[in-house]
Amino acid sequence: MNVSITVNGEPRAAEIEPRQLLVHFLRETLDLTGTHWGCDTSNCGACVVLMDGKPVKSCTILAAMCEGHEIRTVESLEVDGRLDPVQQGFYERHALQCGFCTPGMLMTARALLDENPDPTEHEIRTAISGAICRCTGYKNIVSAVRWAAEHEAATRQEA
Amino acid sequence: MQTPAPFAYERATSVDGAIEALARLGGDARIIAGGHSLLPMMKLRLAAPEHLIDINDLTELAYIREEDGEIRIGALTRHVDLLESELLARRFPLFRDAETVIADPVVRNRGTIGGSLCQADAAEDLSAVCSAAKAQVVIRGGGEERMVGMDSFHVGPYVTAVDQSELVTEVRLPLPAGGLASGSAHEKVERRAGDWAIAAASAALWIEEGRIADAGVALSAVAPTTVHLERAEALLRGQPPSEALFAEAGEIASADCSPSADGRGPVDYKRHLVGVLTRRALRRATERALGGTA
Repeated sequence: MNVSITVNGEPRAAEIEPRQLLVHFLRETLDLTGTHWGCDTSNCGACVVLMDGKPVKSCTILAAMCEGHEIRTVESLEVDGRLDPVQQGFYERHALQCGFCTPGMLMTARALLDENPDPTEHEIRTAISGAICRCTGYKNIVSAVRWAAEHEAATRQEA
Repeated sequence: MQTPAPFAYERATSVDGAIEALARLGGDARIIAGGHSLLPMMKLRLAAPEHLIDINDLTELAYIREEDGEIRIGALTRHVDLLESELLARRFPLFRDAETVIADPVVRNRGTIGGSLCQADAAEDLSAVCSAAKAQVVIRGGGEERMVGMDSFHVGPYVTAVDQSELVTEVRLPLPAGGLASGSAHEKVERRAGDWAIAAASAALWIEEGRIADAGVALSAVAPTTVHLERAEALLRGQPPSEALFAEAGEIASADCSPSADGRGPVDYKRHLVGVLTRRALRRATERALGGTA
């Protein structure tokens, strides 16, 4: 079947099998390998992308179900060499070691800050509770999201 | 890589269209909504439908409203909306209790109440919640609509009263008549954030002049199907709420479930846990019904 999905602002059309999962559509059909494919059971959160602005687990959604919707992946965060504040926050606060969970964590964090620009530690921990990191113990990830929130607030004040 | 077996995919553009497609395609067709129960089953080949009918465009099935003395919830209402609904939190607070601990926020963005109930998984929280709240499920098919209570809706593990060419469209929760105070609560213990329950208890109480006029009590994850505790409800009815009464109801709950030993714990532990959770749910439901004075 043919699908057309807006991915990172660009309309993308492809001939796919109806059973193709969104994560494989992104990684294999579109060659957007930033989204990681982890547990395949909607537990780990490595594959989180935004669908119409809301975080979803791309291993548990068919590409066909995304027809007509807007998908945003980790590749969209950096623009013209400038990191998104959540990416910069992960860099500043050393919020990754192996990096496998990072794309899902970044997109989950991006969605959180879009909805709640000043989240508490508890709100951050709740938001990322569907994403598993085996390296950091989460402390630095929470700190990185706070860094991004504070950085964005400062940028907004300047503007 | 886990990939579902091949199937044909179509999108429904109306409720009647979805039902018509089910009738036309026969026994190998399944409805897909959030997909967070069906797709994992399909990946494991526990389900291999030949046709999927996607109802995610049927936004007319996504609502929570008060109408004719009932709360009405559209089948396509997602967990996140059940969690955030102030109407539901005011009228049936056990929904927010449960939704806070169902899976994780990202999964809650997709999963729906209709899908949860139709999955008929005994470990799933909303089935017990709906049972305690004395929900009626509206099932549409063949140009007709019928209403089914939760006891009849769940025929067995993973089996519901919904026929092949029928669609669940709505869940209805009767509101108490004037003069009745109501309160409800859901108590769950899980191994880690977002996991299935080791055990969970849902309770709803309707209180009039210091006595329990009616009660709904149900359990998740401690039997092949959701456990509706009719003996405990009969005990509670007509009595003034008290710790001693709730302890007795908890003992009935421990006796009337049939948990199995697994990675989440042995049978005696689960029975004990069910007793504790039932007592806590009844206590909290009472506090809510009486505005914290109980």
